[in-house]
This record gives sequence, C-alpha cells and structure tokens, in this order.
Amino acid sequence: MSKLIYLDNAATTPCAPQVVQRMAEILAGPGGNPSSHYSIGYEAKQIVEDARAQIAAVLGANPAEIYFTGSGTEADNWAIKGAALAGARRGKKHLITSAFEHHAVLHAMQALQRQGFEVTYLNPTPEGFIRPEDVQAALRPDTALVSVMLANNEIGTIQPVREIAQICRAQGVWCHTDAVQAVGAIPVDVNQLGVDLLSLSAHKFNGPKGVGALYCRKGIALPALLDGGGQEKRRRAGTENVAGIAGAAVALQLAAASLEEKMAHQAALCDYVIDRVLSGIPQVRLNGSRHNRLPGNANLSFAGLEGETILLDLDMQGICASTGSACNSDSLDPSHVLMALGLPEEIGHGSMRFSFGPQNTMEEAKQLCDVLEQISPRRRAMSCMWLQEENTARVYHLKGEH
Amino acid sequence: MAGMYSDKVMDHFANPRNVGQLPDADAVGEVGNPKCGDIMRMYLKIDGGVITDVKFQTFGCGAAIATSSMATTLVKGRTIDDALKLTNKAVVEALDGLPPAKVHCSVLAEQAIKAALADYYRRRGVDPEPIVGKLEEPHHDHGEGCAL
Repeated sequence: MSKLIYLDNAATTPCAPQVVQRMAEILAGPGGNPSSHYSIGYEAKQIVEDARAQIAAVLGANPAEIYFTGSGTEADNWAIKGAALAGARRGKKHLITSAFEHHAVLHAMQALQRQGFEVTYLNPTPEGFIRPEDVQAALRPDTALVSVMLANNEIGTIQPVREIAQICRAQGVWCHTDAVQAVGAIPVDVNQLGVDLLSLSAHKFNGPKGVGALYCRKGIALPALLDGGGQEKRRRAGTENVAGIAGAAVALQLAAASLEEKMAHQAALCDYVIDRVLSGIPQVRLNGSRHNRLPGNANLSFAGLEGETILLDLDMQGICASTGSACNSDSLDPSHVLMALGLPEEIGHGSMRFSFGPQNTMEEAKQLCDVLEQISPRRRAMSCMWLQEENTARVYHLKGEH
Repeated sequence: MAGMYSDKVMDHFANPRNVGQLPDADAVGEVGNPKCGDIMRMYLKIDGGVITDVKFQTFGCGAAIATSSMATTLVKGRTIDDALKLTNKAVVEALDGLPPAKVHCSVLAEQAIKAALADYYRRRGVDPEPIVGKLEEPHHDHGEGCAL
C-alpha cells in the first residue's frame, strides 16, 4: 500500500515531534510526584505550573483558571455535572444544551435527567447553527447552565457562543462551551467569548491523548467531581499526568504560533475538495453552512450511498476518513447531528467527514477526489437507493407517506 | 476497518457477485429501511422451480453488501425449496463470520431472498405465507429502534 492519507484529524491528530521530544525528556527524567516536598517533586510541580501558564496565555485566561483533566470528555462531564450540582443547591434544576452536541455532553445531560434534572435541547438551523434567541427563549428562573459547543465535531459549524454567553451573563446563568474541536483549530479567547467554563482536549491539536483541561472562570464555584488528594486546588484529585500536561502545552503553543497559516492551508484543501466533489459528482450535499465552519472540515452526503461503503473503499486505497454517522455498535441509527439538521435518514447514512490537518497536502486532497470520483458511480450502480436509468437517488417513502 | 471483517467479507464487498438488476425477473423482493441504513433488493429468474439467475442491489454497509452477494451465490442454480431453507447462519458461516453488530445484515439477506420468493408466489396467485413464512414488514415505523 502506498503512503497513508490521514483525513480524520477531527477524530485525533498525530503528536507533533516537539511534543514527543518534550514528553520523552520528562518521562526519562527523575519522575517526581508534583505533590512531594523535595527537589524532584518541586521540579515536577514546576513543569505542571509552567504548562498551565502557557495554556492559559494562549486562551487569554489566568493560570489559576485552568484545571487539567484526563480528557475532553472528563472536562465536559465535570462542567455539566458540577454546574448541575451547584445549581441544585440553589433550587435550580434546569439545563439548556443543543441537540447536536458531542456525546460527552449529551450523555452527561441524559444522566442528569435520570437524576431528576430537566434539560432543554435546542435544535440547530438546517445550516447547523444554534440561534442565540432560542437560548434566550429557553432560559428559566431555575436554569443552572447553558452548554453549547464552540464547533460541531461532525459538521464543523462554529456556534455563536459569544452571543449566547452574553445572554447567560445578563441572566446570571453559567455558560459552558465544549471547545474540543475548536481549540488549536481557530482562535479561542475565553474573554472574547465570555464563557464561564470551557473544555479542551490535547490530542485534537497534535498533543497527547489522555490530557484535557477545563477553563473555569474565577468566581465560578464549581464543585469537585473527583475527591482525593489536593491536586488542582482540591478540585480535581489525582496525581498529575506531568509529561502529558507538558506535551499539551507545547502542542497548543505550536498550534497558536502558526494558527493563521494553518487555517489558510486547511481551508484551501477543504475548499478544493468541496468544490470539486460538488461539481464533479452528482447529488452530493455539503452538510453545515459553507461559511462559519472549521477550516479543516468537509462533511459531505452522497445520495444513494451508505457511508461505510465509502469508508471501506477509501481504506482499501489507504485513505482514512470517518462516516458522518457515529458508527457505534449500540445503534444503527443515523448520526444525531445530521438528523438534527433535518436530513432524511438515508442521506444521513451516506455522509462522510473529511477533516484536514496541517500535515495534509494538496496532492492528498486531489487523490481523495480522484478516488471518490471512481468509487461513487461504481457503488451507486450496486445500490437500490440509486435509480440507475434516471441516474438519480431514489426518494424513500416510509410506510404511510406518499 | 480491515480488522473488522474477514477476508471473505472483504472479498465479497470489494467484488460483489451477481450485482445488478434483472429486467425480466420473475420475482423481486426488498427488505430493510433507511433508518437502519440497510436496504436490499433481490431479483430472481425462476424456471421449473429452479433459480436460474439472481441479481441484487443493496444500499448499506460493507456487511450488507457482502451478505447479499454471498446469499445470491448460495441460491443461484438451486431449487426454490433449497432457497427457502437458506438461513442467515449459513450466510455468516460462508463468510467466515461477521462482527456481532453486523449479524443483522445476514438476517436481512435471508429475508431478502424470502421476500423475492414470496413475490414469486404472489404473482402466481398463491398466498406465500404458509410456504415462505411471515416476513418482517419491509418498512417499519419510525419509532422503532434498529435491531442488531
């Protein structure tokens, strides 16, 4: 097989060489516990605090507002469940989120519903945006938290979080954003956004897996979820992942230093793929608005085709991508994100996400298009959802509909 | 993905057998629904109780394509009686196994053959149910989850 073409950077990214180098140095070092009171403990503590300051600087935060976690999912769970707990103490048992959040948020919300909390799920527009006025309308006197993602992980649309946070602040409601897809991909500044809580994950920006962080604005008394030692100011117990945290800081600094260049590069590749596929292959739709989306995200639905078919064909040609649908083994249902946009189910099943990173090249983008142009007619010829004579997708009518 | 499926499944996915339509088919059956992302259509040519030709078209995942393809090879040239005895298990075995989450595709392949045979009897004015058995409603309602 020729060289692998990795177009699934929204799933995870390879570690930058500088990150690997920094982590290897630390792992090969004395390895003291940051909580220990002797030289190598202080040294480890310093590594963690330096990383905290570096990450805070990129986000425009105060270092004391950054808390390290074991993943973006943990940061999301902490923010949501912590805010719910704090709210419940004041009789506030209502939360607002969007219907197309990542499962780290949606399933945390569902867990709270089982414990007696009420959750309002806001639907996005067909273009993939949550309307701030819908947030305003959903607010209640007992609302404890609003959580709306900064960029959608499947379709890449960037949400008006700044406007949403303003509405929340005016009402004294905490505002969280899952910024896992956004940090390192677009400029993210906590003060510009005005949010109270923000989650990020290092492996999405060429950092290591297993390191996340939660920004928690000063004055937001978020209860701890993990009890134990005094780490992270007694708010997140557990010995720090020193090397991982340092690696995350290196990765974020690298991403921030070349952000504009990186964004322009990824946008050029994405634009090429979107334009060529939409013009060269019939009945393909771009999911999510063409504008206000992550520069590296192209989510395309191929009518008459099923995503896994495309995925396997691409894999046989050495191209790694992702189906738009969360292909999880518990369910065969189409992606909740695409369903929230109002797509028909069969179109939802035929969706692919191509996510570009800084290491991808125009040559790779061209190769992807070559392969898609070759696969699509061949597989459509095998599909009962493609009307062969008319060369068009069949419209599926469910029982009772005409 | 290579690790997810057997070589046999990948072979039938990459080079499906008997794919296409039969314009002069004696029977056509379709099963599945878009919610679950798998729809299979089988075309049969039947002569003197023998399936002389078979073609399929499938919208679905790799396993859906591979099980359709394998099912056609298992019934082609066989009698209707043999085809009625085709089980999803036989399809799975012929493919050297399927991941648990994909076994439902083999059920769909069995159902697709049976749906086509039911159509054959129906066209001849014979109630297919006592012969073919009860088939799942091809298009079930929205509210239901997708069976694995």
